[in-house]
Amino acid sequence: MMTAPVQTQTVDLVARFPGVVAAETRPGYTGFVVEKEKLVEVATALRDEFGYDLLTAVTAVDYLPENKMEVVYHAYKTTGGPGLVFRVQVPRVDPVEVPSLIHVYPGVDLQEREAWDLMGIRFTGHPDLRRILMWEGYEGHPLRKDWKEPFYEEEAKPFKSRWPEGKHILAEERNPFNDNLKFPPNFDPEKWVPDNEESLYAALKRYTVESEDGMNTDRIVVNMGPHHPSTHGVFRAALTLDGETIVGLKPVVGYLHRNHDKIGERNTFLQNMPYTDRLDYFNSMSNNLAYAITVEKLMNIPVAERAEYIRVIMAELSRVQNHLIFIGMLLNDLGAMYTPALYAFEERELILDIFEEVSGARMMCNYLRFGGVVRDVSPAAMHKIKDLVFDRLPAKTDEMERLLAENEVLVARLKGVRVVDAETAVKYSVTGPVLRAAGVPYDIRRADPYSIYDRFDFDVAVRQNGDMYDNFMIRVDEIRQSLRILGQAVKQIPDGPINSQKPQYQVRVPAGEAYGRIESPKGELAFYVVSNGKPNPWRYHVRPASFVNITCLEQMCIGTKIQDFVALLGMLDIVMGELDR
Amino acid sequence: MDNEKLSLPQYDIPEDIQNAVAITTLDRLYNWGRRSSVWPLMFGLACCAIEMIAAQASRYDMARFGMEVMRPTPRQADMMLVSGTVTKKMVPAIIRLYNQMPEPKYVVAMGACASGGGPFKEGYNVVAGIDKFLPVDVYIPGCPPTPQALIAGMIKLQEKIDRQSIKKVSWYNGKTKEDTNFVPIPILGPDLIDPRRSAEIKAAATVQEGA
Repeated sequence: MMTAPVQTQTVDLVARFPGVVAAETRPGYTGFVVEKEKLVEVATALRDEFGYDLLTAVTAVDYLPENKMEVVYHAYKTTGGPGLVFRVQVPRVDPVEVPSLIHVYPGVDLQEREAWDLMGIRFTGHPDLRRILMWEGYEGHPLRKDWKEPFYEEEAKPFKSRWPEGKHILAEERNPFNDNLKFPPNFDPEKWVPDNEESLYAALKRYTVESEDGMNTDRIVVNMGPHHPSTHGVFRAALTLDGETIVGLKPVVGYLHRNHDKIGERNTFLQNMPYTDRLDYFNSMSNNLAYAITVEKLMNIPVAERAEYIRVIMAELSRVQNHLIFIGMLLNDLGAMYTPALYAFEERELILDIFEEVSGARMMCNYLRFGGVVRDVSPAAMHKIKDLVFDRLPAKTDEMERLLAENEVLVARLKGVRVVDAETAVKYSVTGPVLRAAGVPYDIRRADPYSIYDRFDFDVAVRQNGDMYDNFMIRVDEIRQSLRILGQAVKQIPDGPINSQKPQYQVRVPAGEAYGRIESPKGELAFYVVSNGKPNPWRYHVRPASFVNITCLEQMCIGTKIQDFVALLGMLDIVMGELDR
Repeated sequence: MDNEKLSLPQYDIPEDIQNAVAITTLDRLYNWGRRSSVWPLMFGLACCAIEMIAAQASRYDMARFGMEVMRPTPRQADMMLVSGTVTKKMVPAIIRLYNQMPEPKYVVAMGACASGGGPFKEGYNVVAGIDKFLPVDVYIPGCPPTPQALIAGMIKLQEKIDRQSIKKVSWYNGKTKEDTNFVPIPILGPDLIDPRRSAEIKAAATVQEGA
């Protein structure tokens, strides 16, 4: 059995920066409050002196009653251990300005753009502060507490029209435009000039390099997506090409922005559980787990012992099927149409059968509850799981490896093609298999253990070269490690209750904040939830792995050929439901 | 479809030539060909797309209905399977794809989101159902619909094709020159602007000011 890494001594930022940093005093909150003017200096010290090299999350909270806005940063060490929270508070007067940390932690790029888009916080010094999830020209910053969506009914659910009265009026009938629309007063559609994405192309132009040999060549801008068969959904990338070489790239996202954060703030805590299913729709069990441990942190409740094991079993089964699909889809992207994908889907169906048996749904499981799980795993289902874990899946993983790993064409295509090196990956906040394939053994299950992962004997899969072949093989390694964990979990699982709490519709969540993170199959999946003691979260933020990982996409692609772009994007294993939320 | 279904029931064909002779109408023959090779547009929006892939994979195998040929280009596709949440940012692209599809074309709304907004209806970036813009032929309920439900929806679409007659459909009579199904592309403004409704939007925005 492994023990958790040695807890490093707590950082005394207040002594290091007297008068600039103050310890957080609000009950339920932790970390430090940093003066806006000194933010960059403090962050640089955190990175260089204290070793917090991985800034995983940047998000903002609108404290409307106190008339201030807050930007919250979560920093971690790639050597492991707990994180550090620091925040900046600014008065809620436009323009709300906070210095950008992009030169200290380049990984904040897209997250700062998101905070600008949805919260209206202007990050001074950010070179490309455009809207990201919505489009340029959209009216307002939707996550501000005084901004109301067109189908706004009430601040918080359950809406009075639905419960207890049950007299629901169609949302369309309450809206002046009879649709999900909201226009400024006296708006004239005839006179509107659409944005035409000039700012996007201007941002691309900045990366144009003059050719060194004195030749004047035209640069071509290629838009891939949002409808492209290999972009795994509705991802779009605008690329600048010099011949076949990529010289600039900007991801354009938001085509599946389904407003999880805003809807999540209207929902009660429990109502958010099924919404988390729809984030990374390959891994609803992992999403449930991340959200459940976040709210459990806030509520400070234990989890039933049997439920902990069930959670681990489901999360690891989820990882196995995710990686199998990754391999199948990657081969699809590389041109080996369908055959490997069909092998992968065959195994995935068997795992989905188990999910369906325990939760009632194949994909959208909605299985976890605060304090446990919603239903027990029947002996028959447990028998099926054992069959898969001990018998079928190890054999099929070997088969997949035999089929692909030494295939001459595949090896020639993947070996030696750079994805990302360790230093760049950490700088750009990349997490998950891509980071580990670059040689950084950072796995949250081991680095900052949650649930009961500290009880299992497993290795953190890591490879050294950071090329495409390593990125491919690390998924096979991880399937093997997951099967190891599963083997121990199904042997050790005790009998007993499956929830430490009584079943309830409305949970009591004390005021405070919590940041719960797990090692999802795609990287760090985290939820940042702020409660003010009411039945609904004041702030509900998803920190998805896919979204933060694509910050690095431009670095990965510059200098490579366009034909490798699809494979490089495939390596990141993005899923749009999580990326756009 | 076997010979029995292709032949009209009222004609008695001798048993020994039943494999070689069929008496049928042009509509029946034509629809038999169309319904057995409905090529979907390779187009996934959200969670439902994963179930669509699962339906294409070995366990459910939509190829049994002649629907395995997913075309990435709209020019070769017969059917658009709107598989997931339609957002305001995405809808101009969807309409463009639809306009590029040649007739006869069909739209299937897969899942709660594409049918009416689903769990995300209240979201500010969500279009409450693709039928606000496109004529939908079949709605498939579910969140997401299981592959079985999707196949049931596809069979419904085949039944719809069976009932069509080339005498009546607009895309075959040769009289209508312009594309009757052309949908104007929505514009991304302060909110989503449907050009067909711009007068209405202007009026409502003015009233809003007065109120």
